[in-house]
Amino acid sequence: MLKVTNLHVNYGGINALRGIDINIEENQIVTLIGANGAGKSSTLRAIMGLVEKARGKVEYDGEDVTDLPTKDIVKKGMVMVPEGRRVFEDLTVEENLILGAYTRGDFSGIRAEIKNIYDMFPRLKERSWQKAGTLSGGEQQMLAVGRALMVKPKVLMMDEPSLGLAPLLVRDIFEIISRIHSQGNTILLVEQNAKKALEIADYAYVLETGELVLEGPGNELLENSKVQEAYLGEAK
Amino acid sequence: MKENNRFKNSLIMLIVTIAVLFVLNRVLDDYKLRILNLCGIYITLGLSMNLINGFTGLFSLGHAGFMAIGAYTVAILTMPVHMKEMNFFMKPIVPFLANIEWSFFPALMMGGILAGLFGFLIGAPVLRLTDDYLAIATLGFAEIIRVVFTNTQSITNGALGLKGIPASTNVWWSWGVAIITVLFMVFLMEGSYGKAFNAIREDEIAAQSMGINLFTHKVMSFTFGSFLAGIGGGLLAALLGTIDPNMFRIVLTFNILLIVVLGGLGSIKGSVVSAILVTIAMEALRFLDESINLGFVELKGIAGMRMVVFSLILMGVVIFRREGLLKEN
Repeated sequence: MLKVTNLHVNYGGINALRGIDINIEENQIVTLIGANGAGKSSTLRAIMGLVEKARGKVEYDGEDVTDLPTKDIVKKGMVMVPEGRRVFEDLTVEENLILGAYTRGDFSGIRAEIKNIYDMFPRLKERSWQKAGTLSGGEQQMLAVGRALMVKPKVLMMDEPSLGLAPLLVRDIFEIISRIHSQGNTILLVEQNAKKALEIADYAYVLETGELVLEGPGNELLENSKVQEAYLGEAK
Repeated sequence: MKENNRFKNSLIMLIVTIAVLFVLNRVLDDYKLRILNLCGIYITLGLSMNLINGFTGLFSLGHAGFMAIGAYTVAILTMPVHMKEMNFFMKPIVPFLANIEWSFFPALMMGGILAGLFGFLIGAPVLRLTDDYLAIATLGFAEIIRVVFTNTQSITNGALGLKGIPASTNVWWSWGVAIITVLFMVFLMEGSYGKAFNAIREDEIAAQSMGINLFTHKVMSFTFGSFLAGIGGGLLAALLGTIDPNMFRIVLTFNILLIVVLGGLGSIKGSVVSAILVTIAMEALRFLDESINLGFVELKGIAGMRMVVFSLILMGVVIFRREGLLKEN
């Protein structure tokens, strides 16, 4: 479904990514774990065309999308929920959702999609006329996810969805991820909460300073002693 | 239903506005009519700056420059041939402009288009950088335009300025343009472009992830804004009848910024009301610049005292009510 080969990203003189290869099959949850600054977010942003790629290739459904602008990538069915939620605080919940559908032209389709999102997150419906800035952290994360779903994406990329949320809400977020997955979406998840991420992932990659050091099915990595030591905080 | 009501209300507002203008146009004396005209022009100018600075969240300080382009274009294109000869006595006007005499509307459009073109030419390279650079570039641009207009004597008559510009601006022109601008802004902001501008102001990264092209939208907003500033400048030239490069100093930009901030960044209604209030207050507070006799003591007039008052109001608003005086929650 989504294939990334030999991806390099440079910021100034710093090589943030040095040859990343990722392969995602349809209807999988794939996660990317690693420490701060390992290059997880950069990978997502490079795939979305938000940062420049120094080298490498991104293929989606067998089609080369390496050099497409973000709006065309979104149109093809890949969308990213940015890190830190980043809802448009001064706009209402509904306006946020409408903006999510920016690349869509069909007005009635957009209306129907908003209804779908409200069915999925009744809390958002209750607050549809409220400014997004007045929502709680968990609700803002729901809104950020809902906004991304407005384009009916096939591949949903999420950048640290559980960041800064209370443990109960973290559970909710992972439940939402599973629910979206069960509706047939392919998900690329970047997380610091490695345990939770590995538990739901079909396949996982471990990033360290811009390079992949380990990969394998989620439950296998959960058992891996290196992963346990470095990311799950369990002693040998 | 709601949409329908809104439409009805807007229509009633429009009719009331036109009726009020019609009456005012009859009863007011020349001086007051001029203030009324200025109100209309400042509504257009306030909205044009609000589009750039308020709705899209860019920081432009070049309004005086774009207005100068509009004003000079209208002045040169509409001025009768014999007036041109009288104006350009130091140095004759360049031949290709000497025999031109356009009517007001095409000249005004040309003023807007040229201002918009310059907006595009500045915006296209600068808006690729972060917003701070736009402030610096536009500030510099406005000053450059002023200096260029002062020195291109065979086109602009330099520091002598231009006199006898046909007084084409009347209440219907200034307010007609203002009303069209308000309608344009309402439609723009309701539509997907307006929403995208808002999104960019709120959060660039999120907007970009939604597939909104930051650069195109910023350039578009800035070019629209410059176009409207040029139109406003053109109306002003045809109202005052005389212009010179020193009119278009940074103070002029500051006046418009005052309107935008007082009315509330990103508020159409706010800009309209505050444009009217500020324009009237600018005249009403003129006594501050003159000597004041309190009977027992006479205070010497200080030129520019008005602006001190306005600056204080502006500071107060920024500190205590950043969303603007008129913006409802």
